[in-house]
Amino acid sequence: MRITQGTFSYLPDLTDEDITKQVAYVLDRGWPCSIEFTDDPHPRNSYWEMWGLPMFDLKDPAGVLLEINECRKTYPGHYIRLNAYDARYGRQTTALSFIVQRPAEEPGFRLDRTEVADRRVQYRTHPYALDRPQGERYAR
Amino acid sequence: MSAGRWSAGVIPYAEMGYWRPDYEPKDSDILAAFRITPQQGVPPEEAGAAVAGESSTATWTVVWTDRLTSYENYQAKCYKVEPVPGKEGEFIAYIAYDLDLFEEGSIANLTSSIIGNVFGFKALKALRLEDMRIPTHYVKTFQGPAHGIVMEREYLGKFGRPILGATVKPKLGLSARNYGRVVYEALRGGLDFTKDDENINSQPFMRWRDRFLYCMEGVNKAQAASGEIKGHYLNVTAGTMEAMYERAEFAKDLGSVIVMIDLTIGYTAIQSMANWARANGVILHLHRAGHSTYTRQKSHGVSFRVIAKWMRLAGVDHIHAGTVVGKLEGDPNSVAGFYDTLRLDRVAADPVKGLYFDQEWASMPGVMPVASGGIHAGQMHQLLHYLDEDVVLQFGGGTIGHPMGIAAGAAANRVALEAMIKARNEGRDFLAEGSDILRAAAKHSRELDVALSTWGDITFTYESTDTPDVVETPVSI
Repeated sequence: MRITQGTFSYLPDLTDEDITKQVAYVLDRGWPCSIEFTDDPHPRNSYWEMWGLPMFDLKDPAGVLLEINECRKTYPGHYIRLNAYDARYGRQTTALSFIVQRPAEEPGFRLDRTEVADRRVQYRTHPYALDRPQGERYAR
Repeated sequence: MSAGRWSAGVIPYAEMGYWRPDYEPKDSDILAAFRITPQQGVPPEEAGAAVAGESSTATWTVVWTDRLTSYENYQAKCYKVEPVPGKEGEFIAYIAYDLDLFEEGSIANLTSSIIGNVFGFKALKALRLEDMRIPTHYVKTFQGPAHGIVMEREYLGKFGRPILGATVKPKLGLSARNYGRVVYEALRGGLDFTKDDENINSQPFMRWRDRFLYCMEGVNKAQAASGEIKGHYLNVTAGTMEAMYERAEFAKDLGSVIVMIDLTIGYTAIQSMANWARANGVILHLHRAGHSTYTRQKSHGVSFRVIAKWMRLAGVDHIHAGTVVGKLEGDPNSVAGFYDTLRLDRVAADPVKGLYFDQEWASMPGVMPVASGGIHAGQMHQLLHYLDEDVVLQFGGGTIGHPMGIAAGAAANRVALEAMIKARNEGRDFLAEGSDILRAAAKHSRELDVALSTWGDITFTYESTDTPDVVETPVSI
């Protein structure tokens, strides 16, 4: 399966050139970039690990790509996403977020069902990867 | 005021203090712009004064009991009347109401005053409430959207693109099990939301509880298949508040991120449901069922920009607000005015968009507009151009009618959307190059390719009825 979180998951994986263009767009609007990675892609996992602090003062797309590649080298089997943040009054939230690396194989999720009273079912989304310890969850 | 003011009998409204061309509206006044069409022989100032009178303290004859009050405070004041450009016999009357006239936090009270009796007034052929300025003093007495655009995006984890949805079709007749199948297919294919239609409540062919159970099976299955948060607007509209609360509680217990109500339930019920949605962490979608009965005709009724304002105060998170390019009424400028009203914190008066007043929302969160009705993937560039990013694009027929199936229809829409956002961000002139961008994206998506060949040429180019009159009306697209 292919996890479809992020803005561009239905397109072919973005090339470094594609990523650079998106970074240029967000920096042009004054939105700082940040990089996050995880091996727990549960849809309710809001807090992926931060690859350093948001790059508030970095204005060069090439610099952002450099950091993405550093993160890729360190975590070749993780999901990595690039976020742009809009700190303007009234927004103060993420403006764009897309996946820039995914594991070679994505086993996806199991849906557990517990039947309770009155025909109700309680659902639980379980990432298969979580059955292995952190750091050993995905093939590299 | 002359001594004759208190003589028993009937005197013109203008002479009773409702026409005050010298009046300077206060920051705390509620202002209204009415389009008036006076009967033959009624001067526009008298007609404007009559509207002010009948929507505040006046009755048809002099009453001595006015003298027991500080009546000048409670009288609405018509302070300006202007002819409508190019419309013989129509005028815009500007009326100021003191804040004291209204109960805090009550749309019902606000509307009972402003549109209560006056629309049937015989001295006017027709009357339309075009716009209102709600002072921040009054804005702050309302809860506002249960979550708002920013919180909804964070809750869903979806940024930088419009949200995608679809209404389950056919509207009526599907059994609960079949209905849930449509939900599952559309969500796993790539939509973020599916939706009950306005008239799907609890009918003999599908009772609400059965629908909720099957829809949530579809939602959860699609969530596991995609790793994304998914939702279905479970319509909790019912005959009584008690029944609505029961349905909403059940939806919440099943883990639904969103519920839905119809405009037909009434303003007070909407405010109650907005409070419930805030208290229970469930997004609240509003379908504007019935609004065209009074919003569409330009001479009489209430403009949708006013309804949009009231609903932001009332506290919904979503509201249908037009597509421009789809099958339902929607002049591009008027729709831009609705979207600004719903999304911006500070809305500047703009006659081209039909906005008569500056409106300050004082940090009240924005409402996510929903574009629904006859739109398809081939229009993605136009939709993004007219409606921008904070919007739910709902492709009902444009998803479910896909020749390769519902999931394929959903995927086509999602690919088209992401390709258009990518191109826009890359600095391309996406409106002009839209068709090329879509065709290029279709090379790696057979679903989009088939969607474009099925619907690529479908357009709905009819002249709009509800267009701003202040400047020459641009032709519809």
